[in-house]
Amino acid sequence: MTEAVSTDHPGLSEDRSKEVMTVNVGPHHPATHGVLRLVVDLEGEVVRELRPVIGYVHTGIEKSCEDKSYWKVIPFVERMDYVSYFFQMEAYCGAVERLIDLEIPPRARYLRTLFLELNRIHSHLVWLGTTALDLGAISMLWYCFRERDKILDLFEMATGQRMHTRYFQVGGVIEDIPLGFEAKCRAFAEEMPIRVGQYQDLLDRNEVFLSRTKGTGVVPRERLLELGVTGPLLRAAGDPWDLRKAFDYLAYPELEFKIPVGTVGDNYDRYRVRVAEMVESSKIVLQCLDALPEGPFIADDRKYVLPPRSELSTSMESLIHHFKLVTEGYRVAPGEVYYAIEGPRGELGCFVLADGSAKPARVHFRDPSFVNLQAFREMAIGSYVADMIASLGMLDPILGGVDR
Amino acid sequence: MPDAPGLELIRGEIDRDSPGAVLATSFDRAQPALIVDPESVLDVLRWLSEQPGHRFDFLSSLHAADYLPAQPRFAIHYELINRDRVERIRVKAMLHDVPPAGGTVGGTMSEEASATGRHGGSPAVTGPAGDGGQSLPEIDSCVELFPTAEAQEREVFDFFGIVFRGHPNLTRILMPDDYVGWPQRRDFPVGGEPVTFTYSEQRFD
Repeated sequence: MTEAVSTDHPGLSEDRSKEVMTVNVGPHHPATHGVLRLVVDLEGEVVRELRPVIGYVHTGIEKSCEDKSYWKVIPFVERMDYVSYFFQMEAYCGAVERLIDLEIPPRARYLRTLFLELNRIHSHLVWLGTTALDLGAISMLWYCFRERDKILDLFEMATGQRMHTRYFQVGGVIEDIPLGFEAKCRAFAEEMPIRVGQYQDLLDRNEVFLSRTKGTGVVPRERLLELGVTGPLLRAAGDPWDLRKAFDYLAYPELEFKIPVGTVGDNYDRYRVRVAEMVESSKIVLQCLDALPEGPFIADDRKYVLPPRSELSTSMESLIHHFKLVTEGYRVAPGEVYYAIEGPRGELGCFVLADGSAKPARVHFRDPSFVNLQAFREMAIGSYVADMIASLGMLDPILGGVDR
Repeated sequence: MPDAPGLELIRGEIDRDSPGAVLATSFDRAQPALIVDPESVLDVLRWLSEQPGHRFDFLSSLHAADYLPAQPRFAIHYELINRDRVERIRVKAMLHDVPPAGGTVGGTMSEEASATGRHGGSPAVTGPAGDGGQSLPEIDSCVELFPTAEAQEREVFDFFGIVFRGHPNLTRILMPDDYVGWPQRRDFPVGGEPVTFTYSEQRFD
């Protein structure tokens, strides 16, 4: 009798526990934090092979930039990595300033540093909220977005926009901070470390969170370096590499802050490093407010910088400059510059090629998410599907930046 | 950063080990760059990353640019970092475009290119896919040396149609797999892609 069954279904007699099943995760999946598609080969619950497929939000921003005059590129590049827009602006504006050899005034340097660090906190808050959500800690999202909203309020107060602010200009910033901003910003930066402590109280002794993050997604430091991984991922593996300390840009050499590093390089270390970075960033914000120099907030070079609005009705020369800058824009002598800053996810580099016209001949962004995503395969292979989701959250890719 | 004399010293040292690899140096906007022969770009990269005392062993970015009216037309930029001395250096490999051939590609093209004294991009090949039968410039892949270049070389191939010899999986990465054309080239117009809206097609066609 048993023989008859086995001949009717020959496939069932073999051992199926080793069978590999290919599963498609995404592109529309809440845990992929955007439109990332993962083609995963599973053996039971274990990931055996993984292939990320990207390009779903490729919008050709780099190509469109070639058709815009230099000052019109700024709002375009902001929309690449849509949670760290100040960083994109700084990378682009800094590159153009180096191309035209324009020095920005001290107040602008400090204001830019201030907003970059606020943006870093904002970016890490979005990461913490959504990643904790993936790991089952739903309440974290509301706490993180409560603080994030305060940062957006600050952005709105200073720039008029909550996201994609177009605040940085070639030569400085577009407007000085308004009255009352300093007090509000100081109150936020003093409160933020307390809030971070509350997040840690919620997560650091949470058994589910600990068992899902500790020891998962480990990639050795040497391998991370080979894969070009930078930012919190590299620092979590114990390598204190931070462009803010390594290279001299903006006001960072004059500020005091620490670089948090991890030891093991697992997902828990990645969480600890980012949380500690939020505290360090709030310290930088306070120092920037304390040391904010008086003086102009944008360079006084009429060939590149718009004249003040008040001069337009009285000065013919200002009117001509304004007209030339708004219609044609300024021309940049041929040359090329690569300028890299420390974004919330690692080295954010901007390459600008000038050909002598009023439009850049090439704008390229070395996006940290794009490069870091290459490490994801090695984080996930051999782990459970659930750990793969945790690793992806801790990798923190922003698909707008990956695809550009 | 190595300053201008430091850059010349590095060039001199490379010249001793692989003569003719470095074609020129440039020190524009305080950014040191070595312009190298694309045929020996791997030698230079390996020398820079392994030479004791230099160790530019972190490839932070690999990207391409199209300098269209100029010849050679394409450049691959390798942005290297020495993390001990905290210095950056750029390696630039300039590549000639392969002229559109009326007919077969391969042997005849490379002979023509070498006859006119051109270097780089000389062995013309037909790219794997999406090139519309066009011949493409070629350069050695540095994935063996810098695994981080894997995705970035694919991106350069995707947008510029530059073939990286020895790349493990040279396919389009951001554009659709069946796309034809190299959108970041300067002779590819902005708006070269016709925009069609389903709604307007249905209603007004």
